[in-house]
Amino acid sequence: MAKRVALTGNEAVALAMKQINPDVVAAYPITPQTDIVQYFSSFVADGQVTTEFVRVESEHSAMSAVIGSSAAGARSITATSSQGLALMHEMLHIASSYRLPIVMPVVNRALSGPINIHCDHSDSMNARDTGWIQLYCEDTQEAYDNMFIALKIAEDPRVLTPVMVCFDGFIISHALENLVVEDEDVIKKYVGQFEPDRYLLDVDNPHTIGPLALYDYYFEVKRQQAEVMFHAMDAVSEASAEYGKVTGRNYDLFETYKLDDADVGIIVIGSTAGTARGAVDKLREQGVKAGLIKLRVFRPAPREEIVAAIRHLKALAVMDRADSYAGFGGPLFGEVRSWLYGTGASLPVVNFVYGLGGRDVVVNDVASVYEYLDKLVRNQAPLQLVQYLGVRE
Amino acid sequence: MANLRELSKQPEVLTQGHRLCAGCGHGTIVRQILAASPDPVVIGCATGCLEVATTIYPYTSWSSSWMHTAFENVAAQVSGIEAAYNALRRRDKIEQRQNFVAFAGDGGTYDIGLQALSGAAERGHRMMYVCLDNGAYMNTGIQRSSATPLGADTTTSPAGSVLPGKSEHRKDLTAIMAAHDVAFVAQAAPSHWNDLVTKAQKGFAADGFSFLNVLSPCPRGWRMDTNESIELTRLAVDTCYWPLFEVVEGEWRLTYQPKEKKPLAEWLKRQGRFRHLFTEANQHILDELQAHVDRKWEDLKRRCGI
Repeated sequence: MAKRVALTGNEAVALAMKQINPDVVAAYPITPQTDIVQYFSSFVADGQVTTEFVRVESEHSAMSAVIGSSAAGARSITATSSQGLALMHEMLHIASSYRLPIVMPVVNRALSGPINIHCDHSDSMNARDTGWIQLYCEDTQEAYDNMFIALKIAEDPRVLTPVMVCFDGFIISHALENLVVEDEDVIKKYVGQFEPDRYLLDVDNPHTIGPLALYDYYFEVKRQQAEVMFHAMDAVSEASAEYGKVTGRNYDLFETYKLDDADVGIIVIGSTAGTARGAVDKLREQGVKAGLIKLRVFRPAPREEIVAAIRHLKALAVMDRADSYAGFGGPLFGEVRSWLYGTGASLPVVNFVYGLGGRDVVVNDVASVYEYLDKLVRNQAPLQLVQYLGVRE
Repeated sequence: MANLRELSKQPEVLTQGHRLCAGCGHGTIVRQILAASPDPVVIGCATGCLEVATTIYPYTSWSSSWMHTAFENVAAQVSGIEAAYNALRRRDKIEQRQNFVAFAGDGGTYDIGLQALSGAAERGHRMMYVCLDNGAYMNTGIQRSSATPLGADTTTSPAGSVLPGKSEHRKDLTAIMAAHDVAFVAQAAPSHWNDLVTKAQKGFAADGFSFLNVLSPCPRGWRMDTNESIELTRLAVDTCYWPLFEVVEGEWRLTYQPKEKKPLAEWLKRQGRFRHLFTEANQHILDELQAHVDRKWEDLKRRCGI
């Protein structure tokens, strides 16, 4: 029987890893991911998993080791945050290019410098073009659930691409929340067995992985990788739907709140969605038709679906918990505007960069974004494409 | 002790079609080492000459499973492969014993790969790490590494009018690996094939991490004729620039003692990378190189109880 328990995000994700009981985990501790590695170490020490656990000496080696183990035929998981993800960066491209279905919780934390341990999305946004699928979570329940769905997506023969399960450092990773956890049997049945067609340890069918491909073949390899993302959306939807059938918890590419009749909307990623719902309710009480989109899947980009959901709005604010230093706001902003271009939608789309380095974001902060949009729509405020929320200017 | 007749019956793992240079030591060394494995091998290869010359897509020269990912991480990558083997054996998904080998050059080992190597050694994975030490980043055009000897002319330590080649002695990596107290550490050379194969057999048989540092001649980087490579490797051993020894559970043992320790200059003068040292102005560098070899040799003999 599924049961309701109170766990931190890290505990919940470690529990998910325990229930998956992967063949190999290779990991290196980093704040705020550390608990995951610690809990998993206890599972190994107490014989609660039969996983081969490699306590590597760096995140670069963590990713290198799971690339090796995954290619060797083992279901493989690692986890990291921030600098760790940045240190892995080189290997992230190789994992996706080699089509290895690795799953990696990324506990979002600001990248140095200055050094900071708290939440923003600069780490995983920095990895957005590495060919990994990225799922983002609002709370502990989603972090737990997405771990299993991620595995299903990654190992889908149409996809065979690694997946990051991103959730906010401290806000989710360290906060105690109630969630429903499933029976191990239910999980085992859902995730099934990893049975790759080809693997290094198949001595009867040896093969070469990672050859040199120059101008005559490299492009085709990358083109195939690009093609994956066109099919990955189906795999994401199907894996999520199947999980919904098993558990009753349904996940779409994104989630909306009071959006259908909204005039002004914001699109947000991660735990700030909860805060934003409070802001929507507050604005609705004030007579402003506010609505919300919470993005769950950022890679592949749910372009058509998002455009269909937001095109009726009179104004949209894209909330970025990372900057892209392009002189034109954050990464999600640039993408959403690009998605809209040429669709005939002509609503103003503005950007609010917020919450960097764990800067707190409360209901009133998000409400101020809606208030700005409302004024913009009424021609009472100037169009300002990029704004920084809650910062000392 | 290796038996040539038996070795010749071993299936070739590094087969035809590769594009290693004439006179390169890599192919010879790799074939000698892999012939020593009684079980199937899974090979990891760092970025470098061996990797680019043997797997130009859509071709491969390898008849065993082989994987390359990047430059600095082959020890970690093979750690993961060995971990997968342990996991799948435990879960009864595979049965046959397999061996795991990592090949990397001196750049991928002494320099950029040292951290991953040290980590894998400390964790004690059952794998053999082989450094193919040709004393510089030959694949990218002969740049100095921390394996490059003092005075060598490389493209990043060129012999100029002020600086006569590389300013530093090479790093003693074999000793560093011995200090990791792993199952088996050895230094070898392809000129002494029996010694090399025997060491590889010991490495494969070891229940843990083994490290082989093998001198690999490079005609391009050393600037010598391609037919001299094995001869020059032998001279490196006989001058005690590259002594052959092994370390098992803290016990150092010399596996070959030259009948007559030849002057280092005999080895140096046959390589273009040292040609500029043979002038009056640079005599002190030759002296320093000889003194360094003498000190290291005495040090090694002391460790070996000789």
